[in-house]
Amino acid sequence: MLTLTCPCCGITAEETELHPGGEAHLKRFGPGSSDGDFEAYLFARKNPKGVHFERWRHAYGCGKWFLAARDTVTLEVFGTYKAQNPHPTPEIVASIRAKRPDWQPDWTETKTSSAESLTE
Amino acid sequence: MSSNPASSSTGRYSVFAIAREAMRLHSGWKRAWTSPEPRKKYQVVIVGAGGHGLATAYYLGKNFGITDVAIIEKGWLGGGNTGRNTTIIRSNYLQDPSAAIYDKALKLYENLSQDLNYNVMFSPRGLLMLAQTEHEVRGYKRTVYANQLQDVATEWVTPERIKQMLPIINIDGPRYPVLGGLYQERGGTARHDAVAWGYARACSAMGMHIIQNCEVTGIETGAGQVKAVNTGKGRIECDKLALVVAGHSSVMAEKAGFRLPIESMALQALVSEPVKPSCDLVIMANTVHGYLSQSDKGEMVIGGGTDGFNNYSQRGSWQHIEETIRALIETFPMLSRLKMLRQWGGIVDMTGDRSPILSTTPVGNIFVNCGWGTGGFKAIPGSGWAMAELVAKGQPGPLAAEFGLDRFKEGRFIDESVAAGVAH
Repeated sequence: MLTLTCPCCGITAEETELHPGGEAHLKRFGPGSSDGDFEAYLFARKNPKGVHFERWRHAYGCGKWFLAARDTVTLEVFGTYKAQNPHPTPEIVASIRAKRPDWQPDWTETKTSSAESLTE
Repeated sequence: MSSNPASSSTGRYSVFAIAREAMRLHSGWKRAWTSPEPRKKYQVVIVGAGGHGLATAYYLGKNFGITDVAIIEKGWLGGGNTGRNTTIIRSNYLQDPSAAIYDKALKLYENLSQDLNYNVMFSPRGLLMLAQTEHEVRGYKRTVYANQLQDVATEWVTPERIKQMLPIINIDGPRYPVLGGLYQERGGTARHDAVAWGYARACSAMGMHIIQNCEVTGIETGAGQVKAVNTGKGRIECDKLALVVAGHSSVMAEKAGFRLPIESMALQALVSEPVKPSCDLVIMANTVHGYLSQSDKGEMVIGGGTDGFNNYSQRGSWQHIEETIRALIETFPMLSRLKMLRQWGGIVDMTGDRSPILSTTPVGNIFVNCGWGTGGFKAIPGSGWAMAELVAKGQPGPLAAEFGLDRFKEGRFIDESVAAGVAH
């Protein structure tokens, strides 16, 4: 059974205690955006065969949303991190790289939006 | 509807053929389809030799005379979702575009064995969707009325009639009493492997190439058009490319440079040990996410809902099996005494509105047929029929017109996620 550690309450929870919430780090496009951007935000998904960043909710626990990095083929979990992070944390990236040397991030880190400034 | 193309090269199956082969110790049967090496170029390349891909090829040949076709398959023919489903066939959908394409499929299934000269064991034993909440009662009555307008024969049946039709059912609850049902007499099952094999044989007889164990590793595009696909067996050029790969649609789309509104998830099914005939209907209980039919071998064939997270592993979560069985046991108490023999999973391609995508794409001569999600098997002939028209003409005919990718931009959904419940 899939087990994830909730980064909010620290409990290692089984799948039955969690609720999946789909792809993480979607950039929201709302009113005033182009039809293409809005459609992509709502529907177009990476749906990768391999490393996937996704939202989970600790539904039958602390109730908080958090994010997880997981392989959709092997179902291996690389780690979990708080939902406030705009991108996967350096620890998560290192954990993925250790097991998937060929994997490349598809985002560029910006210093102003670091996790610390948002969470602390 | 001309004479069957399978007659030319592989020999027509008939009672006379059986008698003839019996006389000569069955030495004259030929392989049902050939396994050629790919040519350098085809007019149409179809990726995916599952039911939908093979049916697309078949109707390209039969309806449009296009036989310069290769069907490329990563694994073995029919080894994906075509061989992993619970073989349910029905057309009792709420929305008009769905009813049209699924009922086209059902009508084609009714004569498919004759058309393909291959016994697909279509068994229109009747299909019953149980209403176990007041909401479902209203929903299914609405579907019955919609089906009447769509010329799809379905009827509302009472709990008493359901008990009569199916003595093993417990209609009294207590948690989910059976309040009635949506019954489609023409619904039923077919032999899923035979559907793939029958189409493959007919395609092969038309001179099409079915190339198995050949993974597409890249799609060459230029100037908004596809030029060729790179495969494990070399580069294959094509004038048109059809992607019919279900759970791997996003992977193929990425190779071609676009994204699809699809998420891949695991859907599981399981069968029990064989028992005496006790269930001669297909039963769907959507409130509790379970469906049930009895195979010709006597096994109870049981399916449930998908897992909720992205998954390419063809393995689902254990607790989902438990959930499915736990829910069904109240309605079918006899299941609690059955041992389960086998369990397996497939990767289904889920769209937001739970309706399929038959569409042109941002790449001019690439066409996609995907998004059938948890309910693709029943649609195979209709899907192939509509997809063949889309590929041959470059634009959708009436059956596929509403299922384009543009519906997600325009908000013109064909919402079956509520209408059909969860289970398909």
